[in-house]
Amino acid sequence: MRNNPYIPFPSKILDVIKHTEKEYTFRLEFKGDVKPGQFFEVSIPKFGEAPISVSGITENSIDLTIRKVGRVTDEVFENYIGDTLLLRGPYGNGFDVDKYINGECVVVAGGTGVSPVRGVINALGESKDSKDKHVILGFRSPDDMLFRDDIIRWESQMNLILTMDKEAEGYTGNVGLVTKFIPELKLKDIETAQAVVVGPPAMMKFSVIELLKLGFKEENIWVSYERKMCCGIGKCGHCKVNDTYICLDGPVFNYVDSKSLID
Amino acid sequence: MGKRGYIFLPGGFNKVIEELSKSYRIYAPVLKVGEGRFTDTDVVRYDFVKEASEIELDKKSDYSFKEILTPLSQTLFFFTENDVKESEIDEREVLVFLRSCDLNALKRLDQIYLHNGREEDYFYARIRDKVKFVLMGCAHSYEDCFCVDMGTNRADDLDYSFSVDYIDNRFHCQLKDSVLEDVFTNNALKEQDITPRFVTENETRVQLPDSVPLSIFTSDMWEEYNTRCIGCGRCNYVCPTCTCYTMQDVYYTDNGRVGERRRVNASCMVDGYTNVAGGGEYRKKYGERMRFKTMHKIYDFKKRFGYNMCVGCGRCDTVCPEYISFSNIINKVTAKTLEVQNEK
Repeated sequence: MRNNPYIPFPSKILDVIKHTEKEYTFRLEFKGDVKPGQFFEVSIPKFGEAPISVSGITENSIDLTIRKVGRVTDEVFENYIGDTLLLRGPYGNGFDVDKYINGECVVVAGGTGVSPVRGVINALGESKDSKDKHVILGFRSPDDMLFRDDIIRWESQMNLILTMDKEAEGYTGNVGLVTKFIPELKLKDIETAQAVVVGPPAMMKFSVIELLKLGFKEENIWVSYERKMCCGIGKCGHCKVNDTYICLDGPVFNYVDSKSLID
Repeated sequence: MGKRGYIFLPGGFNKVIEELSKSYRIYAPVLKVGEGRFTDTDVVRYDFVKEASEIELDKKSDYSFKEILTPLSQTLFFFTENDVKESEIDEREVLVFLRSCDLNALKRLDQIYLHNGREEDYFYARIRDKVKFVLMGCAHSYEDCFCVDMGTNRADDLDYSFSVDYIDNRFHCQLKDSVLEDVFTNNALKEQDITPRFVTENETRVQLPDSVPLSIFTSDMWEEYNTRCIGCGRCNYVCPTCTCYTMQDVYYTDNGRVGERRRVNASCMVDGYTNVAGGGEYRKKYGERMRFKTMHKIYDFKKRFGYNMCVGCGRCDTVCPEYISFSNIINKVTAKTLEVQNEK
């Protein structure tokens, strides 16, 4: 019989982790191969489907960190532990974590862009030379921070720079966009250092510019794109940019390839 | 499979269609009198027919055959409480009448739905299996056609059951599908070698660019379409090679726990095509969308699959309410590309 990739399968919600008022992580039952940076189509009958990237992976589960910003995601927030969501996936190429764990690596991520790289950062923290790993995380304000428990752990493992876009009452840490902190990075071998950049389009664009200024090689920079994806399997056309289907060829790209993608 | 040629009198050909319509649903261009876009204008679009006389063999169809494979709106499955039930399909085979450009377009639809990515599109594949094609020869080129320059004026190597040309009150058919041999032999006037008619020149000519530099993508040549184009998407809906769709959930108001998931044709020219949750939007300007569509049809698709997507049917030129000519855009891209190459 012919395989029907459009029929979603039910997955039980094992846990719900509340980061902010609008951002929760849903831990869902799933067994199978998944890589950080890949995504699932989450669906709720009556409301539709939305592509959500994987923010955590265990043997029996995946984490989907969801921002309550649309028709489908609003409805996802009406669900709790023990309820069921419908899934299709995983789709996309995902991050090749092995590329980053040996040697120096910089991760620059902003806002919900932290979700797809959370698995990468976890792997960097557990790598043998974790002190050579640098992570710059930016959020709009302390109220918008995701993965607070992870951040405490990452701080002890790596050179973690946490920054908020604007001053906030009671907050004494770094203030400014992530791009402000890239020039301050101290790297031993810029020729081989890898960089991963994920976040809103403008943040990615200017972060890459800063990394290149610092001397990073184009082929050592990796980015992940967010696009509308109705199918995830290269048919619906919404995510196409130039000759590239983000859902098939990405969402993770080497900068050498992504720099010629013009929306 | 050997090819056999047959000549029919109108009555004989009508018998063939009558016979075929017992086992096939016949989908063909039909002249819809008075149903055009403007008062007192006609339109040729596809519909199911029972008789040969209903088939519009002479005029060019304003819309393509693709709706049989990718309906404007298609129910994929039904939700009933916790069950998901796949939509049913009409089990009868379909015979689609189309011209060479459209048969070439079919190859493009197959490319995306069956061969792009690892997985076949289930809903496309299940109807595609049931469809056979009848090639309608072209006695002459029509308004806006540029199939010759796109290399889609012939369909010799493509898969069709039989061809049909109406010449001097006789139907000329070349049969490839041996299953139909009996019905053809029984109703024909005589057998004779037949080659389907095809055009060798069009009034509209295009010159295609070979490699397009990135500077064309960001060129200001697209800006005129920011104001000329109104983003209505008609060019996409009439295009035989456009495949995009959007998912849509519909629930029945009387019972909020029962509904269906559909997909509907989408257009890269229409607002909302790229919108992501949270307000992200790409290609906001119509000029950017025009560039995206153009490059897809005459450059990007080829880069990925080895041949151009556009088949030169010219329907987008005919339908555009702002009189934007796609063949003209192709020539502009090529001229601009040559200009850039000469500057180097």
